[in-house]
Amino acid sequence: MVKNKKTLIILIAVIGILPLIIRSDSFHNILVLLIIYATLGEAWNIVTGFAGQISFGHAAFFGIGAYASSVLFYKFDISPWIGMLVGGILAALVALIISYPTFRLKGSYFAIATLAVAEIIKQLFVSWDFVEGATGISLPIVNDSWLCMEFHSTKLPYIYIALGLFAIVIFLCSYIENSKMGFYLKAIRESHEVAESIGINTTNYKTAAMVISAFISALAGSIYAQYVLYIDPFMLFTLDISIKIVLLTVLGGIGNVYGPLIGASILIPLSEITRVKLGGTGRGIDLMIFGLLVIVVACYQPKGIIGLVDKLQRKAKKAGEGKVEADS
Amino acid sequence: MLGQIIINGILMGFIYALVAVGLTLTWGVMDITNFAHGELLMLGMYSSFWMFQLYSVDPLLSIPISAAILFILGVIVYKLIIKKVLGGNGLTALLATFGLSMFLKNLAQFLWTPNYRYINGAMVTDNKIVIGNIILGMPQVVAAIGSIIMTLVVIRFMNNTKTGKAIQATALNRSTASLMGIDTDKIYAITFGLSGACVGVAGALMSSFFPIYPQSGSLYSIIAFVIVALGGFGNIKGALFAGLIIGLTEAIGGYFLGTQFKYAIVFLIYLIVIQVRPKGLFGW
Repeated sequence: MVKNKKTLIILIAVIGILPLIIRSDSFHNILVLLIIYATLGEAWNIVTGFAGQISFGHAAFFGIGAYASSVLFYKFDISPWIGMLVGGILAALVALIISYPTFRLKGSYFAIATLAVAEIIKQLFVSWDFVEGATGISLPIVNDSWLCMEFHSTKLPYIYIALGLFAIVIFLCSYIENSKMGFYLKAIRESHEVAESIGINTTNYKTAAMVISAFISALAGSIYAQYVLYIDPFMLFTLDISIKIVLLTVLGGIGNVYGPLIGASILIPLSEITRVKLGGTGRGIDLMIFGLLVIVVACYQPKGIIGLVDKLQRKAKKAGEGKVEADS
Repeated sequence: MLGQIIINGILMGFIYALVAVGLTLTWGVMDITNFAHGELLMLGMYSSFWMFQLYSVDPLLSIPISAAILFILGVIVYKLIIKKVLGGNGLTALLATFGLSMFLKNLAQFLWTPNYRYINGAMVTDNKIVIGNIILGMPQVVAAIGSIIMTLVVIRFMNNTKTGKAIQATALNRSTASLMGIDTDKIYAITFGLSGACVGVAGALMSSFFPIYPQSGSLYSIIAFVIVALGGFGNIKGALFAGLIIGLTEAIGGYFLGTQFKYAIVFLIYLIVIQVRPKGLFGW
């Protein structure tokens, strides 16, 4: 059962109509990245927001997805759509394999383990000749086609592909949130011991969360690779990507299905606009300002934007109640 | 040949250990994952570089100055940022320190360009110690000795001074410590300053044989995370031993499997050890 189905449908419809109204390439570019990152945030949210297991390694799944579809397309002419699925399955398998040993760890020990796994995968890709190692892969350029997921004259198809995935993911997340699994995951987040004592198989549920999350992240990775048409291990597997995912979800509101979208809507335009306006100097002013803004948000709005909305709502409600009392 | 590699690994291990000691202090005492730790190290390296470049102060002599600058910087970071995010959940603090790391990295790039810089002609440069067929680079030996001394100073400070004991008490239980009349706010500021001083010393020691550039701290901060977790959060002795293990792993693994895999092996060792000791070597 999905609560607030209507809100979600309206939200996605609005995002779908926006690029038709504002027809600027830079806006479309921001929108594609924004939706991809929001999808990643949703995926991360399942593991960290719902189940409370902090992952610093989601870039690994993102990268695996990007590599799977790119390698299949580049070496074997296989459509990225199939590659996307292969990437998702591969990432889910990797998640399954690493979940067992890492989920025995708690708190920061787990977080550092995910970071370590991502770094190992990065090193492997850097020295793996079959996937062109550190050189990276430039995807073959073909005419606009849905089958090859390449569009050069307009960015609109990319927006709708990414939005399609995002729509499925956000529905899935809000379904999970209100399902038995969601409640189990939240129980694990609140207290691991209590969850275990009432008979929840914590390892299985945490692993399931990780596998779903990895699958989604990999799909987003494939779309990203098809969008930028060039990939290398340093841009995909870096800690920076993993942290960016953490950053936007925490910024928007962790553990909330709207959180990643809100966070991405603020973070991605901000970083793109500062990059375009100030990045040309090559002296890092854009990232300096970006870093500063992140600090300010963390210091003054620790519960994320959604926390701010909640606060305002409660205030409005209180004011309303006050009025009713005054009337009677 | 292997002897040479083991010695190199041990020397590097002590330097890693000092960087990790700084990190484990803030992590263990305040439960703050400081993503800007590597950037503080980078600033420590730059401060020694500029003192050498502008006032021709040898990096060895600038150790106390770097330590002092980074101590003050640590306190400022605490007062301006960390203090505000202490109450929230761990991820908020992480966000703040990640933002700080981005800010500092790019500030360094803005002020000093992304160029690699080296200190040429320092006291220790180009000197070697030859024992049998093992050749030891003087800068590495001095850096290792300096790191050992600083680590011992920190351990002594934590165990034998009133402030050190107050830090430990605060780490155990903040509210109880404050009931006992400890000014926990001041203790946190000192802890952060001390953490800064550690990388100030490490930075000064490393500046004579490592390239200095805005990203130079990033790699060490990831390795330091692994070392801290391997040793057990907040455990200084753990950080020292884990540092040595990581230094050795990196050197020996890099020798047998190729240098491109040396960091992969470092992370792999963490994953293996943590299976046996899920809370680090010295954690409980």
